[in-house]
Amino acid sequence: MTLAEAILLTITTAATPLLLAAIGELVVERSGVLNLGVEGMIVMGAVVAFAAAQLTGSAYLGALFGMAAGCLFSLLFAFLTLTLVANQVATGLALTILGLGLSGMIGESFVGQRGVQLEEIAIPVLSSIPLIGNLLFNQDLIFYISIFSVFGVSWFLFKTRLGLQLRAIGDSHGSAHALGISVIKTRYLAVMFGGACAGLAGAQLSLVYTPQWVENMSAGRGWIALALVVFASWRPLRVLAGAYLFGAVTIGQLHAQALGFGIPSQFLSALPYLATIVVLVIISRNRRLTLMNTPASLGQSFVPDR
Amino acid sequence: MRIELEKRPAYSALFSMLSPFIALGLTIIAGAILFTALGKNPIDALYSFFIEPLTELWSLHELLIKAAPLILIAVGLSVCFRSNNWNIGAEGQFIMGGVVGSIVPIYFHEWNSFIVLPLMLIMGMIGGALYAGIPALLKTRFNTNEILSSLMLVYVAELFLDWLVRGPWRNPEGFNFPESRSFNDSAVLPELFPASGGANMGIIFALIATLLTWFMMRHMLKGFEVSVLGQSARAGRFAGFSSTKMIFFAFLFSGALAGLAGISEVSGAIGRLQPDISPAYGFTAIIVAFLGRLNPLGIFAAGIILALTYLGGEAAQISIGLPDKVARVFQGFLLFFVLACDTLIHYRVRLVTAVKARTEGEGAS
Repeated sequence: MTLAEAILLTITTAATPLLLAAIGELVVERSGVLNLGVEGMIVMGAVVAFAAAQLTGSAYLGALFGMAAGCLFSLLFAFLTLTLVANQVATGLALTILGLGLSGMIGESFVGQRGVQLEEIAIPVLSSIPLIGNLLFNQDLIFYISIFSVFGVSWFLFKTRLGLQLRAIGDSHGSAHALGISVIKTRYLAVMFGGACAGLAGAQLSLVYTPQWVENMSAGRGWIALALVVFASWRPLRVLAGAYLFGAVTIGQLHAQALGFGIPSQFLSALPYLATIVVLVIISRNRRLTLMNTPASLGQSFVPDR
Repeated sequence: MRIELEKRPAYSALFSMLSPFIALGLTIIAGAILFTALGKNPIDALYSFFIEPLTELWSLHELLIKAAPLILIAVGLSVCFRSNNWNIGAEGQFIMGGVVGSIVPIYFHEWNSFIVLPLMLIMGMIGGALYAGIPALLKTRFNTNEILSSLMLVYVAELFLDWLVRGPWRNPEGFNFPESRSFNDSAVLPELFPASGGANMGIIFALIATLLTWFMMRHMLKGFEVSVLGQSARAGRFAGFSSTKMIFFAFLFSGALAGLAGISEVSGAIGRLQPDISPAYGFTAIIVAFLGRLNPLGIFAAGIILALTYLGGEAAQISIGLPDKVARVFQGFLLFFVLACDTLIHYRVRLVTAVKARTEGEGAS
């Protein structure tokens, strides 16, 4: 393996959790719901995946449990904001605060244990392609799922009837309701999909990225994923580009830290967060473009009238 | 069976009073279930969590020390949230308040004067306010989402403080520990009753901030402006209020209070800068603000309750061996229940069973 290949490989590993969580949140926001609890769902997914993998010995079961945990945890948010019409911003924050606390408690006995790593699956023939084969076709299952989810979600949103309905709800829940589309049910499903994606992103962190459990190991990735959705102006393919850009920034600063350059490591560690702000500023500067792309009902509660 | 909401004709004053108490009750029940699941006797656990810290004088002092920053930050956030500005980076503003306020005692560590402390407090407030001004500037100038920008700045502030105390501000006589110099006496916030415990002036600042903010929101035009613009930016514009100015006001106000909390904590409770100066006060204060129903007087009470969960967490760890993370879980539960119970203020909640729904449907047709 060449050095360039190794670096590219680490970039894909760093980008995958961002990509998964952002794609999930994109579907949620397209349905008009703003779930700020991504960070909490990721960290719950990470701890449950790690615990399940340790207890069963299977990384695949771990990933499955992580996904289920994210999904279940998001139901809490869905119940509060969709059934009880609580404020979405505050409830999302609550989900993050509870997730960080709960995961710390669950994970306490797993701190310092060596984890089970999700193994790579080489796809026959394709993985032997020079240059890109090893990079794209000799990866773990979660990587394949993350790439697949981009195209799957893109197809679902723009090519299926259900996707059209979901976007209609996000743009005008009142009109969608008047047309007989079930707003609340669709939003429940969207939020649960977002939860499952974030849970799987967490599983990637504790089973692939660094196979161990560390408290708060999500380290702000949920928030970066939220920013990525804005950056991508709610389009799946742009999320793919954004996630890899951020993966590159993350890995780039790690390499810069290793090389030194005389720059304090803390400044380099702050780069992904600063980059997020800069990117957000650049994207949202164009007010009209943002308004055109933002789902019009985003963040608003819906109570069906009879 | 499903849950249906029916909008009340007017908001319920009764439930607006009761909902925080219902939420507290539900949190305690959830806590009891959690403790049982962890294999502890729930009565013992709740006792050591909520009662034990109140039985001794020194721990009452600790309660005030922990409540002061929570109240200060949350009072500022309440103005922000009421004006519909989502500043969730108070943790970062707290840190920057601590950092900027510490410039004087670190660079002029031999300066002994009564003026040092007021200077530190003012600089702390300026530091917090300027740091909160960044998301406000980005929001007004570039339309950038303030939730994400203010939160990202928390990580940046944490790393900046880390660099300071390991690098340029490290105590030259400190055996390489990542700490600044200890502050001299004139840079330390005085204690209120030194004979019985360490509670300092911080709680007095919290009290003053609470009363002034309450007065502003209740009796001053500015408070009215906050509420109008928060409920409807359009209505506010017709009244001639500027939402741009309000964004700056809300962020600078909450940032200044978070900064004051930061320098008070550094000067009063810690006495020097170190990499970790806050047990997530800036985030817990969000819970305090909501539990207090965004009303400064309610927030004062709520701050004391949340401070109790910090102390209770420590007490329960020592006396019955509960993991210290339980406190954070508790705080998370509390916010969930508060938000859920707030529904009762504007809606009647009805459980509709399948049979009932069918008969209603027949009646309609």
